[in-house]
Amino acid sequence: MTTATASHDEHHHGPEKGLMRWVKTTNHKDIGTLYLWFAFAMLLIGGALAMGIRMELLQPGLQLMDPHFFNQLTTMHGLIMVFGAIMPAFVGLGNWLIPMMVGAPDMALPRMNNWSFWILPFAGGILLSTFFMEGGAPAFGWTFYAPLSTTFAPDSTDFFIFAVHLLGFSSIMGAINIIATVLNMRAPKMKLMDMPLFVWTWLITSFLLIGAMPVLAGAVTMMLTDRNFGTAFFDATGGGDPVMFQHIFWFFGHPEVYIMILPAFGVVSHIIPTFARKPLFGYSSMVYATASIAFLSYIVWAHHMFLTGMPVAGELYFMYATMLIAVPTGVKVFNWISTMWRGSMTFETPMLWAVSFVFLFTIGGFSGLMLGIAPADIQYHDTYFVVAHFHYVLVTGALWSIIAATFYWLPKWTGKMYNEGLAKVHFWWAVISVNVLFFPQHFLGLAGMPRRIPDYSLQFADFNMISSIGGFAFGASFILFTYIVIDCIRNGKPATARPWEGAKGLEWTLAPKAQYHSFNTPPSRELIKSESQHS
Amino acid sequence: MADDLRKRDKIKTSFWVKLISAPIFMFVFAIFVMPPIYDVFCEITGFNGTTGRVDADQQYEVKEDRKIDVSFFAMTMGGFPVQFTPKVHAMEVKPGKFYTTSYIAKNNTNQTIIGQAVPSVAPTEAALHFKKLECFCFNRQVFKPHEELEMTLRFVVEPELDERIQDVSLSYNFFKLES
Repeated sequence: MTTATASHDEHHHGPEKGLMRWVKTTNHKDIGTLYLWFAFAMLLIGGALAMGIRMELLQPGLQLMDPHFFNQLTTMHGLIMVFGAIMPAFVGLGNWLIPMMVGAPDMALPRMNNWSFWILPFAGGILLSTFFMEGGAPAFGWTFYAPLSTTFAPDSTDFFIFAVHLLGFSSIMGAINIIATVLNMRAPKMKLMDMPLFVWTWLITSFLLIGAMPVLAGAVTMMLTDRNFGTAFFDATGGGDPVMFQHIFWFFGHPEVYIMILPAFGVVSHIIPTFARKPLFGYSSMVYATASIAFLSYIVWAHHMFLTGMPVAGELYFMYATMLIAVPTGVKVFNWISTMWRGSMTFETPMLWAVSFVFLFTIGGFSGLMLGIAPADIQYHDTYFVVAHFHYVLVTGALWSIIAATFYWLPKWTGKMYNEGLAKVHFWWAVISVNVLFFPQHFLGLAGMPRRIPDYSLQFADFNMISSIGGFAFGASFILFTYIVIDCIRNGKPATARPWEGAKGLEWTLAPKAQYHSFNTPPSRELIKSESQHS
Repeated sequence: MADDLRKRDKIKTSFWVKLISAPIFMFVFAIFVMPPIYDVFCEITGFNGTTGRVDADQQYEVKEDRKIDVSFFAMTMGGFPVQFTPKVHAMEVKPGKFYTTSYIAKNNTNQTIIGQAVPSVAPTEAALHFKKLECFCFNRQVFKPHEELEMTLRFVVEPELDERIQDVSLSYNFFKLES
């Protein structure tokens, strides 16, 4: 099969030369690469802002910056990491992998794909430019609650609104493209239940995106008209209600957190079977669990708002509905553990990241359950406990899976092998420092340290210093990560077509460095069957 | 091979229509459907402290044996230059009986000020059964320079109010309107 596809390549043009290749490209692999580098650049910028936050919080008192600038840092850190780093990184992985995994030659809408990427640098640029505007960048938190973001916001907020519109546009186009690719470009012999889990989780994520992102666009549009055109959606004077902003925001915001974690579940469901050398345990239950999580994510939003003065009936409903999500999530975690059970496990770098994902993401899940208890949330709300919780699920969850995916598929992307020894050093460096960084924040939160405040009272000093030191070490680990990836691209030893012994999936049937155009002939039923994750 | 590709590329128009109209629908839903639904929801459930209105001919059975303490609060927002206070700070009321009280507002400036009062009842479970027959919050209020206004409030606490609730507080927040 590999040779057959390779011989087809002779009639096709390779990539264009020079810079215009990247501007004009409609190739899913090029666009995937662009997305991944863009996300990585934004990760470094967002990380630099986080370093500023941790530097200010190293000691009690105001050392480095005035509180207004601190607020800008926390706000922009959140916005950049969510909309600039994690989401584009997953779209990049989806672009690179989904066509290869479903045996399609490219994405269904290659030109729209180009457009949805090239919107991003402009949106990111607009967002970052607000730092240099009069009044500074948005400083109302990444959740931009009204009236902080309407009546009391700096003028740069209108630029922020425009940037969010663009980012939303890009994500929706990406989602439409993935749905069309999976449903229409899939190899004719591949049934839906033959699809690898990364494809399944992305398909479901796409439906979350087209359901939730327009609501965010609606929320910022209402903010825009409230600010500039005299409407009063969120203004009590004109009959509006600022609490309604929170409902609309979290109606988007809760599906959004699953948008950022479902593809991560997919990645881990590829890596664990590979290095356990066993088929994925409970494939179909994984699919149904993903779909139930997606459905439930739309009906639990107000658990972010337990302190807005909800009736007890509302608190009870949202509390129980939230607890319900632990069931399908538990199914997934136990399936991963069962996949590893009595497997012939080896611990290459992607597996290290994947196993630590399961462990650390579960810690984040448990603290999420604690926050979901309405009476307990009265104590935890807006403390560092919340910060610890969502960093465990987003850093050691979403970001972990992106790094795991990078190491796992890097040989297929570059045709070369990364330095395994250095990558292991990087893993242990990152996994230790990230826990030094975020674990003490649980204790800070339980003791009552509020989030988004640049100063704190003295009893919080020790844990904050530990956390900051962990933060600097974790930030520095990305220097090593950058080196490992660039070293792999430049000097890596040639990889084989299937560098991981137990790896299954159509992408591994391609050349060691996947051809520029792959699967011009759809794969046969036999090949799909033999590369399937389950028997 | 080319035929094969083309076959896979063929996508029905109805599929596109569905795929593109879904996000447009959600956008329109967020702006034009969610806010009205939210308003109606608040009115029906008293969610978020939204109080209800009642018609003049509405009659209730007065519960003579039950007493509820109603406290009145007044606040102003965003530098609203009017002194705003309740005339009485607390009243003991019987469910089902109509009561009248008032708020006093004094404009200390040389300008005409237009304001809007926004009510809120706590606890939220009581909001549903706190009904007003007459209230200065139904309309915007105009304060002439140095004018002192006594603004009437006529209300009833419905007998259906949960037995466990003994204290209800009503607060008004005055906002300055442009113009």
